[in-house]
Amino acid sequence: MRIVTTRRISQAFFFALFLWFCIVSTVGEKIWQLRGWPVDLFLWLDPLAAIGTVLTTHTLYRPLVWAVGVIVLTIVFGRFFCGWLCPFGTLHHFVGYLANRKKTAVQRIRLNKYRKAQCIKYLILIVLLFMAAFPSLAATLQTGLLDPICLVSRSFNLLLLPILDRSVNFISVSARFYEGAWLIMSVFLTAVLLNLVIPRFYCRFVCPLGALLGIISRFSIWRIGQKEGECTDCKLCEKSCEGACEPAGKIRISECVLCFNCLDDCKHELIGYQTIPSRTGEITDPDVSRRGFVLSLTSGVLAVPAIRLSNKIGANWHHRVIRPPGSLPEPEFLKRCIKCGQCMRVCPTNVIQPGGFEGGMENLWTPVLNNRIGSSGCQLNCTACGQVCPTFAIRPITLAEKLGQDQFAQAGPIRIGTAFFDRNRCLPWAMDKPCIVCEENCPVSPKAIYTEEIFTTIRDGRLTVKEAAPDVIHVEQNLVPGKFATGDYYCVLDADNRIKIAANTENSIEFSPDQKLQKTPPAGGKIEIQVRLQRPYVDIEKCIGCGVCEHECPVSGKKAVRVSAEGETRSADRRLLLEPG
Amino acid sequence: MTEHNNNEVGRRQFLGRVTKAGVSIAAAGIIAAKLYDVQGPKPGVKAEDLVTLPDFSIPQENGRTISIVTGPDRTQTVGMAIELLGGIGRFVKEGQTVAIKPNVAFASPSKFGATANPDLVAELVRLCYGAGAKRVIVTDNPINDPASCFTLSGIGKAASQAGAKVILPRDHLFRHTTLTNGRLIRNWPIYFEPFEKVDRLIGVGPVKHHERSGASMTMKNWYGLLGGRRNVFHQDINTIIAELAMMVKPTLVILDGTEVMMTNGPTGGSLSDLKRKNTLIASTDMVAADSCGAGLLDLKVSDLAYLAKAAKAEAGTTDYESLKPKRAAVG
Repeated sequence: MRIVTTRRISQAFFFALFLWFCIVSTVGEKIWQLRGWPVDLFLWLDPLAAIGTVLTTHTLYRPLVWAVGVIVLTIVFGRFFCGWLCPFGTLHHFVGYLANRKKTAVQRIRLNKYRKAQCIKYLILIVLLFMAAFPSLAATLQTGLLDPICLVSRSFNLLLLPILDRSVNFISVSARFYEGAWLIMSVFLTAVLLNLVIPRFYCRFVCPLGALLGIISRFSIWRIGQKEGECTDCKLCEKSCEGACEPAGKIRISECVLCFNCLDDCKHELIGYQTIPSRTGEITDPDVSRRGFVLSLTSGVLAVPAIRLSNKIGANWHHRVIRPPGSLPEPEFLKRCIKCGQCMRVCPTNVIQPGGFEGGMENLWTPVLNNRIGSSGCQLNCTACGQVCPTFAIRPITLAEKLGQDQFAQAGPIRIGTAFFDRNRCLPWAMDKPCIVCEENCPVSPKAIYTEEIFTTIRDGRLTVKEAAPDVIHVEQNLVPGKFATGDYYCVLDADNRIKIAANTENSIEFSPDQKLQKTPPAGGKIEIQVRLQRPYVDIEKCIGCGVCEHECPVSGKKAVRVSAEGETRSADRRLLLEPG
Repeated sequence: MTEHNNNEVGRRQFLGRVTKAGVSIAAAGIIAAKLYDVQGPKPGVKAEDLVTLPDFSIPQENGRTISIVTGPDRTQTVGMAIELLGGIGRFVKEGQTVAIKPNVAFASPSKFGATANPDLVAELVRLCYGAGAKRVIVTDNPINDPASCFTLSGIGKAASQAGAKVILPRDHLFRHTTLTNGRLIRNWPIYFEPFEKVDRLIGVGPVKHHERSGASMTMKNWYGLLGGRRNVFHQDINTIIAELAMMVKPTLVILDGTEVMMTNGPTGGSLSDLKRKNTLIASTDMVAADSCGAGLLDLKVSDLAYLAKAAKAEAGTTDYESLKPKRAAVG
């Protein structure tokens, strides 16, 4: 079998595997659901995620040890990851092929020539890594913005899958929504469509992971290169060169993605994959100028304090940045979150959303709970998000820890925020209408939302008696028939007599046989109509911030009960209670 | 031929063009005429698109309307309760399709009793198949995430293992309805399609405390048939429950008071919210069943305003003793 055929099989296999993992990241027990599928495999294999988190945290989190394997293999073989494994690379490869397959050999050779701008990806890498390596607490991990594995996971899981599943609802019972998906889409489409201009545009000019592997591949033992022999300088080896690494001349090892097309295209079988350098010479170092290096290094170092000028992780933190349960404190969280979107994908209720700029630039595409979206706030008996987080930004907590049971009883449940009532919008508080859907749905036991019963005289509720009997009072005023028949309205004769109204007509109020009037009011006497209300309160010692109340609140525009991140367990400085637990 | 001549249009060519133009103009005219709308759209769903939930009830038999069985094992008590009403054969006939609507409202483990008991649901499925049912479906439109509710409550697994088809509430399964003489259920989406073509409907749910309505039992269980922003109905909870009792005419309801949620309902979440009462009620009159169930929560019939409303609307009777309930104890 030709080596390019093997490469294509590998690409197809890993791309299919990637798609499969996208599909099965669905909480459930069926074979096509989560079960034990290693849905994070590509993220574990991602050396940029591994090196990024190592720079920010100085530790290598367990599953990321897979990436060490990729680094080792890159040292031996070169950038096989880009050409053989990376699902985003495969997508670019395929789209680039479709876009340029009708072009002549000359045109294609021109398309695939090396360009000076290919050094940009190294500059991007340097900026991102220096942001991560920023000495002191302020390091931030922003590799996920452009990391191809995070980008492709995000784009497939939060964009393509919901769009495709929308009409069939196979993967999800109801349509999935992701706020700000347009931005994810813009980046994804731009990256894919740029293949129409230059094949593998993203890989050649932008990809920081490719840049990282390019730097590592300078040590590689086996490389593409020309063997001894008579080269006619036909340049056909550059016709389909995916990395634009110029195998015809001095091959640029750091750009070569090991597509092996040159090997296949050379009619004289002069190209080999060998341990000796190319006959025509090779360039192992990335083409980064000293000026470019210094500039990007400085940018990286200055970017962090510049971003943090908004003080979004300090006193100016945004109350709507509610993190999933088990998330580390914000500074630690930002050192680990790679914006891959796995938590948003797996969340069974769809409440975890890609963050926008409300929490500052670093917040972009990090997980934020939005109780207005999805099927029910943060589900009490669920810890799915922490289980799929590849970098420990969200800890893989147990249910016992989340709920504060067993050995966690002392610590109490994990709170992600606190619910606050907006008494200007709440039906029983502002409009004298019974409701308490929030109380009904509060999943905590004992409930964090409790009610107090009050009776209040309604508008136009002061009536004049025309005539009264034990089971009916006729009044002077006109009433809306049936309005007081809901079981929530009472007739007040005096301070000691409040009787439930059973029904009413246009000018009479009726009582049920078992709740008749003890004494009838005189004609011309005054009575009042009162409504019985249960007004809701939040017990901040019980509230865990799950947001089910906010999700269910019937005041659907701006909810009358809203969760904000105050009181979250993970950060001491946002705590509301004096005593934990 | 000169270049100039090439640009000239021949007669044949001209006629061809005129024909094409004529057809295009005619097509535009016809389409415009077909689509011409003088009024603009009317709000809401058109009357002819409204649906009505079928009537699943069976003829009443004197003295066989309600049964109350005590015992700790639901699979035994439900069997006995149905036996006392004439056996499952009275409710399900050979070859019929049956929908079971358990209360699956919350994504909560079954031990907390916030949802119908999975063993009880499974036993009902088995009874239906035992009576020769062709197909049994189990479905609900829960409050929490539907898939999670069916999984965590254990109802999904128990029902499918017993051979039932579990249906999750997808958007296209909803239709708008208007309840005759209803005040709230007007032009409102209900969970309709799974129930459209079945012959029998059995409701099953636990006895639960409910702060707003007083109690959640078999009538409140039909809240799961409401779609849309159904939470607005909490403003008038008693009327909506009564209207649900008018809208849904089930074959049979099972009210499970084996472990009663006395406090913190309807979500519960703690074993301390439950109290063992070892009582199970089967009834063809859900108003009677709920009136009887009120006692399990230490409530009077008059404490639950929706009961009187439903009785007034002739959905059943609150005086369940007048129906001479069949009583038994098992286990």
